[in-house]
Amino acid sequence: MSTTTMARDDGFRIGMLLSDTRYRSYTIQVIAMFVAMLGFAWLVDNTIKNLAALGKDFSFSFLWQPASYDINQTLIDYTSRSTNFRAAMVGILNTLLVAVLGCATATLIGVLAGVLRLSKNWLVARLMTIYVETMRNVPVLIWILITAAVINEFLPAPNQFRESVDPALRASPILGGLLVLTNRGFYLASPVWLDGSEILGIVLLICLAAAILFRRWAAKRQAATGRILPVGWIVAGIVVLPTLLAFLMLGMPIGVDYPTLKGFNFQGGVYARDSFIALWLALSLYTGAFIAEIVRSGILAVSHGQSEAAFALGLRPNRTMRLVVLPQALRVIIPPLISQYLNLTKNSSLAIAVGYMDVTGTLGGITLNQTGREMECILLLMGFYLVVSLVISAVMNIYNSRVKLQER
Amino acid sequence: MRSHHLMLGTAALALAAFTTAVSPSEAQASETLDAVKAKGHLQCGVSTGLAGFSFTGADGDWDGFDVALCRAMAAGIFGDPKAVKFTPTTGKTRFTALASGEVDVLARNTTWTMSRDADLKFEFTGVNYYDGQGFMVPKSLGVTSAHELDGATVCIQTGTTTELNLADFFRANNMSYEPVPIETNAEAQQKYLANACDAYTTDASGLAATRATFENPKDHVILPEIISKEPLGPLVRHGDPEWGDIARWTLNALLIAEEKGITQANVQDMAQTSEDPEVRRLLGAEGEYGKMLGLDNDWAIKAISAGGNYGELFAHYLGTETDIGLERGLNALWNQGGIQYAPPYR
Repeated sequence: MSTTTMARDDGFRIGMLLSDTRYRSYTIQVIAMFVAMLGFAWLVDNTIKNLAALGKDFSFSFLWQPASYDINQTLIDYTSRSTNFRAAMVGILNTLLVAVLGCATATLIGVLAGVLRLSKNWLVARLMTIYVETMRNVPVLIWILITAAVINEFLPAPNQFRESVDPALRASPILGGLLVLTNRGFYLASPVWLDGSEILGIVLLICLAAAILFRRWAAKRQAATGRILPVGWIVAGIVVLPTLLAFLMLGMPIGVDYPTLKGFNFQGGVYARDSFIALWLALSLYTGAFIAEIVRSGILAVSHGQSEAAFALGLRPNRTMRLVVLPQALRVIIPPLISQYLNLTKNSSLAIAVGYMDVTGTLGGITLNQTGREMECILLLMGFYLVVSLVISAVMNIYNSRVKLQER
Repeated sequence: MRSHHLMLGTAALALAAFTTAVSPSEAQASETLDAVKAKGHLQCGVSTGLAGFSFTGADGDWDGFDVALCRAMAAGIFGDPKAVKFTPTTGKTRFTALASGEVDVLARNTTWTMSRDADLKFEFTGVNYYDGQGFMVPKSLGVTSAHELDGATVCIQTGTTTELNLADFFRANNMSYEPVPIETNAEAQQKYLANACDAYTTDASGLAATRATFENPKDHVILPEIISKEPLGPLVRHGDPEWGDIARWTLNALLIAEEKGITQANVQDMAQTSEDPEVRRLLGAEGEYGKMLGLDNDWAIKAISAGGNYGELFAHYLGTETDIGLERGLNALWNQGGIQYAPPYR
């Protein structure tokens, strides 16, 4: 009874599409694809019919109409007469600002917390455990709202900085007037470039170049002789001392623009709004907790023998961490880190909860609402987040391919 | 929390446009009315909470001036003011909710504007409150006019016409300001009370309603400037004029009732005894006017019985006897110095 040999002689029969394992998978794939395409076509068809039934057309011309609303935080010039497109760009830049800053601080916090959680110091390790567990087990939206509420409710209003307020209740700027913390945001004094500051800049550049050259030389020397110089201190000296000297000789060409209370609010300096601070801080702390766990897992993934070997060679713990463990841990850390960056960027769309005008607040919020172009706005919004996420993935993948284990 | 849901909601609604089945839009007696009758209740979009206009009472039921309009509509259709379900909407979600068919009618202090009418494809069916945008500031600020607000931080509800009026007002007066966009009235109130903004701006009625809920209402003043016209009214989708007629004439019936002295208490008697031809037509004692709307002939009796005539509703929810304490002002009837004017019922 050798039916298999019989079938082989028969050539192709239609029934074999199902019965023959060689063809069955193709059959299933073709059917699945057909069903998926049918479903997609149905969705598109329905959308078109529904829009027609509502009497709506599909057009992006609203993007070139005046937006007519104001936005508080604008990184580019914008007035209420600017177009909806420009309002969307303002929102996009605000999203990118908080995403980039958030990713940077989240990484910083995460690496620090991850390393410290492995500390032999019982108290430090437990504190980091508490940080990680409380942050990542409460939804990020709640953290954003809590942070905003803390800023709004507990920091003094600009009114409380006035001379006329009873001195016992009066609030005052900190750091000698360089920083003002109010419940409407933080004002930081900003530098003012006076005559001669260009020369100072040139001096600084020369010093930086000298410092880089020195570092190269020191590295070469260490490779040749094994002797280590206190590079950090020397570099700091090379950069700071001549610059400071030039600064004094040029008659201190950098002034300071202190925030001062004028009218209802502080004016001058750099203004970081409460909404921005709340969003940035909450996103960083929240994502930082996840990154801390990723960093911890990465470090634990490096075999203990590696650090023992480093210790045996006489490396101190922080050098062991920096030169031996972390470079190897990065291979494990980078891939999940990409998802955390993507998460942070997408979570920044919760901005409107605290009134931060990101792209979801401008294009997907006010513009959508005032023009009634739901479909177009949401599609543009989806497109934007898709592109940003793909770009982040691409960049991080390039970095990952550089740090991953080189197989030879 | 809310905003997150909002975004989800907006996205879901955009998606709903993808997936809701298409119903053929052939011209026939009100499709919406048929659909409403089939599901057994009216779905009404209201504000998420604005004292006097729409709020949930101690028993958990929706109540308020805007809510009462929906109850009157439901009463006119079903004879039962309870046959209505409410969807709380924010300034941002309301139009999507109406456009997508999630609600049948929107009664949510919404300003009647040209573009909402023509471009958003909605039909405003009257004005139940003539309003204007104002500013509220703490008394301690010492500000007495909106023209002194140069450089101020102003809280606004996002997705509203007030946002646009505010931009226009400051631009026209060559003043600068810092807008703080906020999702709902409750959040705005919290920010304003925390002094995170100097002024709060919305419709003057909304300011009065919000102020009434403060611990110390007397510490806050509403500035005299009214910077815009805000005719607030109920609205329905384009494409079903018969349904729009029902919404329009419900409001008109309440106005005519006030004009003719028909109240919640005497409406049954008036239907029996009144000799006034317009009252007789309105209350179904004469003619077939209810049928023209696709409703019962005594629909207006039921609508008026729900909460009373326009004047009674105003006095009950917003009037000077309430915490909100709004004068009738523009909203008095045309023959009493206001501009509330219903076309003749004939």
